[in-house]
Amino acid sequence: MKPVVNNERGSKADLMIYGFAVAAMLLLAYNLYKIFLVLPDEAAQGMIYRIIFFHVPAAWTAFLGFFVAMVLSVLYLSSNDLKYDALASSINEVSLAFACVNLITGSIWARIIWGIWWTWDYRLTSMLVCVLIYFGYLLLRRSVDEPTHRARLSAAVSIFGCVDIAIVWKSIEWFRTQHPGPVLSIRTGGGQMDPRMEATLYWNLLPLLLMAAAFVIIRARQESTEQEIDSLRRMVHAS
Amino acid sequence: MDQRNFTYMFYGFVVAWLIPMIYVISLARRSSRLRKETDELKQLFEEKQSQTRSKV
Repeated sequence: MKPVVNNERGSKADLMIYGFAVAAMLLLAYNLYKIFLVLPDEAAQGMIYRIIFFHVPAAWTAFLGFFVAMVLSVLYLSSNDLKYDALASSINEVSLAFACVNLITGSIWARIIWGIWWTWDYRLTSMLVCVLIYFGYLLLRRSVDEPTHRARLSAAVSIFGCVDIAIVWKSIEWFRTQHPGPVLSIRTGGGQMDPRMEATLYWNLLPLLLMAAAFVIIRARQESTEQEIDSLRRMVHAS
Repeated sequence: MDQRNFTYMFYGFVVAWLIPMIYVISLARRSSRLRKETDELKQLFEEKQSQTRSKV
């Protein structure tokens, strides 16, 4: 099996990791300047609304990752190439970290705006289920040793998880929820949110995506090293 | 309200940074563990190879 990414130091993958990380840091610095020093407080919520600049982009980063991992899982099931499984697992792990950022920042915002840390409404519950599904995905990978069996089960969970993503996304339209309804112009056609605030939110998606891409490359390299370790083990036992 | 608003906003940003930071640390630790394991296995393999060669 070919490695998922090049494992050699100074390779193209190395350059991409550093490039993405530097670009993400620069963009984050600029966005933080805008978030704290340029944009005004929100009329009804005060300064706490600023959490949205990480809460929403973190969710989108996670959802995009889960979706790409689902596509890779389907590719694995149709080709039986373990490269797709390794990449899907790397992406799901990184996406889970961003999903946790979304869930916890949302809870902190809710404590001020609703007076409670948590409520079992459709949006919050479906997001919690999403996080639990992908925690289960990682636990499953640890508990199954045989690579093809592990890959097949993981692919099934990854595809199942994406069904929940669709429910999370649509829940604020399908059900009456305590969570705010759609406010971004991409879903409402505009008029619900100050365009400057909305633009900053999109700009903050970019560094999070770059950070996630850097993490995925690092994680995929580790998968390649693990494959190398497996083949070394077999060679040691055989010799 | 404003003081609490500020405090909780601070907590929110701390979480938004802390989780990726913890993840980066876990990635770094895993990388060094994997590197160590690879080196040990390579050394073991070479030792076994030289033992086999000396027997022959």
